[in-house]
Amino acid sequence: MFDIEQNSLYAMIGVFIILLISTFIYLYKESRHKEIDYTELKLRIKSWWWMIGIVFISLSVSLNTAIIFFAFLSFLALKEFVSIVSMRHVDRRAIFWIYLSIPLQYYWISIEWYGMFIIFIPVYLFLLIPIRLVILGETSGFINSVSILHWSAMLTVFSISHIAYLLILPVQNVLAGSIGPVLFLLFMTQFNDVSQYVFGKLFGKNKIIPKVSPNKTWEGFIGGVVTVTLLSGFVAPFLTSLDMMQGFMAGFIISIFGFFGDVVISSVKRDIKIKDTGTLIPGHGGILDRLDSLLYTAPVFFHFLYHMKY
Amino acid sequence: MQRVIKILFFAFIVKPIVFIILGLNIQNRQKLPLEGGAVIAANHNSHLDTMVIISLYPLSKIHKIRPVAAADYFMKNKFISWISINCIGIIPLDRTGASSLEELFKECHQALDDGDILILFPEGSRGVPEKMSRFKKGLYYLLKDKKQIPVTPIAMQGLGNSLPKGEALFVPFNCNVNIGDIINIPNSSKEFNDQLKNFFDNQIAIK
Repeated sequence: MFDIEQNSLYAMIGVFIILLISTFIYLYKESRHKEIDYTELKLRIKSWWWMIGIVFISLSVSLNTAIIFFAFLSFLALKEFVSIVSMRHVDRRAIFWIYLSIPLQYYWISIEWYGMFIIFIPVYLFLLIPIRLVILGETSGFINSVSILHWSAMLTVFSISHIAYLLILPVQNVLAGSIGPVLFLLFMTQFNDVSQYVFGKLFGKNKIIPKVSPNKTWEGFIGGVVTVTLLSGFVAPFLTSLDMMQGFMAGFIISIFGFFGDVVISSVKRDIKIKDTGTLIPGHGGILDRLDSLLYTAPVFFHFLYHMKY
Repeated sequence: MQRVIKILFFAFIVKPIVFIILGLNIQNRQKLPLEGGAVIAANHNSHLDTMVIISLYPLSKIHKIRPVAAADYFMKNKFISWISINCIGIIPLDRTGASSLEELFKECHQALDDGDILILFPEGSRGVPEKMSRFKKGLYYLLKDKKQIPVTPIAMQGLGNSLPKGEALFVPFNCNVNIGDIINIPNSSKEFNDQLKNFFDNQIAIK
């Protein structure tokens, strides 16, 4: 318990320093400009403290705590997804089976059964969902329901479970330990979101995908890609078994796919005409609003690392 | 003693289910009535409705929140009636029509006088999942001579999918809870039900 490897510990301390600096900047701004309402920013920063605190504690306590934590994250994300999309009433019985797939999927991870982990959702659950719906016998809207259910399982169970599998890959960078790659993925993904936002705010002019996300600009996107690619090259050798060159590549794919994860969930929200996917995280929205880019970066980073090093 | 049982029941069983397994999106929380006597009028889709509304209150207040529930259902055997009375604190209501109005409402009126907050479901029954049924007139008659009592409508959405009538399989879905403005009791049950209907139609249609 709490035996965090040196580099991972430094990384966690680094994150707390960034968080402290942002908190001080917020406090300074608030005291300087009393007339501006900073409630939203305050909620956001407060939620960051909570999220980072919870993630770091679950990663530090033990491997099983961390796996259970990511399973719980899958549960929250799946629940939010099936709650916002319109489903037929009978589909609840198939949704129940997707919920049941969560403990199984994470169980395969805990016993390090890679073969099962990688096909369980895309093969077995994929075949099972239509079977369950056929037994229910409601054919009107069948294709629609099967598609929604399968997509929700892939996004919320399969994608997120890749983060947990990073934890049980054999440790190659002993100074970083098993949680190093997870910290790297989580940090780079969230940092990409923040830098795209900041560059967009500062230099944003040309809209990149106005129909889906009017606030996203080419300047923000490119700013994020350059920052995260460069930073990853320096951080990757410290937290993962990748060297600097591979670190640049990892950062590049994280920033590109992070952007797409974000706009994919934005499209879902546009389609069902909601602003946020929920109210679970004050100042951020729902859990999917926060996890959106991670749904894409987790599997692509995992497989990049896996093919490079294992 | 009853108060202790109810607090334990909600602290360790109901609140974890409502806030962790289900998850609520609450709108206009500030409109929730905190002082009794008051009445909450909610739509009814599931047994979870009552649990969600009581869970909105802090543990120090939950003994004041009393759901008014059908005696024929919740008092039908010893086990269910023990739970209904001790864990949830219901006020049983006779639906058979055998008792006079005054006798029927005696316990509810007493509770309102004691400063309790009553939960009533104007639809009368859980009905078809996620669909509104027609409002009954009972709530109007309950408050006809107590027009100072504020009625707060609460619209809930999603619970009819989580645990609908007649099904034992519980499936987690987030529940949207929207608390409306106080409705003052007008002079006819029709006018009252129209106001209620107006609020619920606006809320439920959004989905």
